[in-house]
Amino acid sequence: MSGQSLLQMLGHFALMSLLSVGGALATSPEMHRFLVDAQGWLDHRQFTEAIALAQAAPGPNILFVTLLGWQIDGAIGAVVATVGILVPSSLITFAAHRFSARLAHRPLAQVIRKALSPVAIGLTAAAGWVIAGAQEQGGFSMGLTALTFVLAWRTRLNPLWLIAAGAVAGAWAASV
Amino acid sequence: MSGAESLRAPASLGELFLAFSALALKGFGGVLPWAQRAIVEEKRWLSNEEFVELLAFGQLLPGPNVCNLAIMVGDRFFGWRGALVALAGMLGMPAVIVIAMAWGYGQLAAHPLARGAVAGMGAVSAGLIIAMAFRLGATLRRWPAGLFLSAGAFVLVGVLRWPLPPVLIGLSGLAILIAWRGRAA
Repeated sequence: MSGQSLLQMLGHFALMSLLSVGGALATSPEMHRFLVDAQGWLDHRQFTEAIALAQAAPGPNILFVTLLGWQIDGAIGAVVATVGILVPSSLITFAAHRFSARLAHRPLAQVIRKALSPVAIGLTAAAGWVIAGAQEQGGFSMGLTALTFVLAWRTRLNPLWLIAAGAVAGAWAASV
Repeated sequence: MSGAESLRAPASLGELFLAFSALALKGFGGVLPWAQRAIVEEKRWLSNEEFVELLAFGQLLPGPNVCNLAIMVGDRFFGWRGALVALAGMLGMPAVIVIAMAWGYGQLAAHPLARGAVAGMGAVSAGLIIAMAFRLGATLRRWPAGLFLSAGAFVLVGVLRWPLPPVLIGLSGLAILIAWRGRAA
C-alpha cells in the first residue's frame, strides 16, 4: 500500500476516534462505507471476518480495528489503524481527566450523557445491521443472525457459546 | 468497612501493567465487569464510587470506555507514564492474540470449512451486536424521544448508509436539546 493510502487510512481512523462517543463499534458502519464501499481496500467478507475474530478473542472490542488494518496491509496496516483509532480519543481523555473528572456530575454533563445514549444505541444496532449485510448474505446467514439475536436478547447464554455454535453451523453449511 | 482507609495504590508500573493485562485477557465479550472486579474488589485501587465516577466521565468522551478508564486510572497513580502503561496492558496481549488468530485463519482461509466457520461466527456476531443494542435500548422505554433518536440513527446510518459525521453531529445536537428541555420533568 502506498504511503498516501496509509496516510488516508490513518486520517480515517483518527476521525472515527473523534466520533466514537458511542464506542468504536458504533463507528463501524462508517468504516464499512469508507473501507469497503468507497476505497475498496476490503470486501464485505473480510470486514465481517475482522469483527467476528475480534468478538471471539479476549480484550476490548476496539481490536476489531487492529484486524481491519491487518487485513488491509498486514503489520503496518495493523499499527496504523490502531494508532489512528486510539491516539485522538486517548489524548482527549487524558487532557480532560487532568482538567477535571468531577465535571461528570454537572447538570449539563448529565444531560449530554443522557442525550448521547440513544444515538449510540441506534448506531450500535446499525453496526449489527451492516455486519449482517442484508444485501450481500444468503438466507442461511440471515437466519443465523436472527436466531442469535433472539437467543442473546431473551436468554443469558454466554456469547462465546453462541459464537462457537455459529462456527460449527457455518462449517456445516459450507460442507453440504 | 469499605471506606477510603482500606484503599491502596499500585506499588509499581509493573503491577499496573500486569493487572490490566490480566483483566483484559479475562474479558471475552466485555472487559468492563472484570475491570470493576479487579480494580475495586481485588486490588482496591479505587472505591466503587470513584470507579463509577471515572467510568461516567469516560462515557462522555470519545473512545472505548475501558481504554478511557485505563488511561484515567493510570494517570491517577503514575501520571502520563501510568496512563500509557495501563493502556498498553489493556491492549498489548489481546492484540497479540487477535493477530495470531487472524494470521492462523489467513493460513486456512483457502479451506471452505474455515471460511464457512468464520462466516458463521460473523453472522452470530451481527446478532449479538443487535441484541446488545436492544438490551441497552430497554432503558429508553420511558423516554419516547430517545427511542425516536435511536431509530433515526439506525435508519440513517445503517439502512440508508448516510455518512456518520453529519448524522452524529445533527442527532447529538437534537438529542442534547431535547434532553436539556426535558431535564426538569
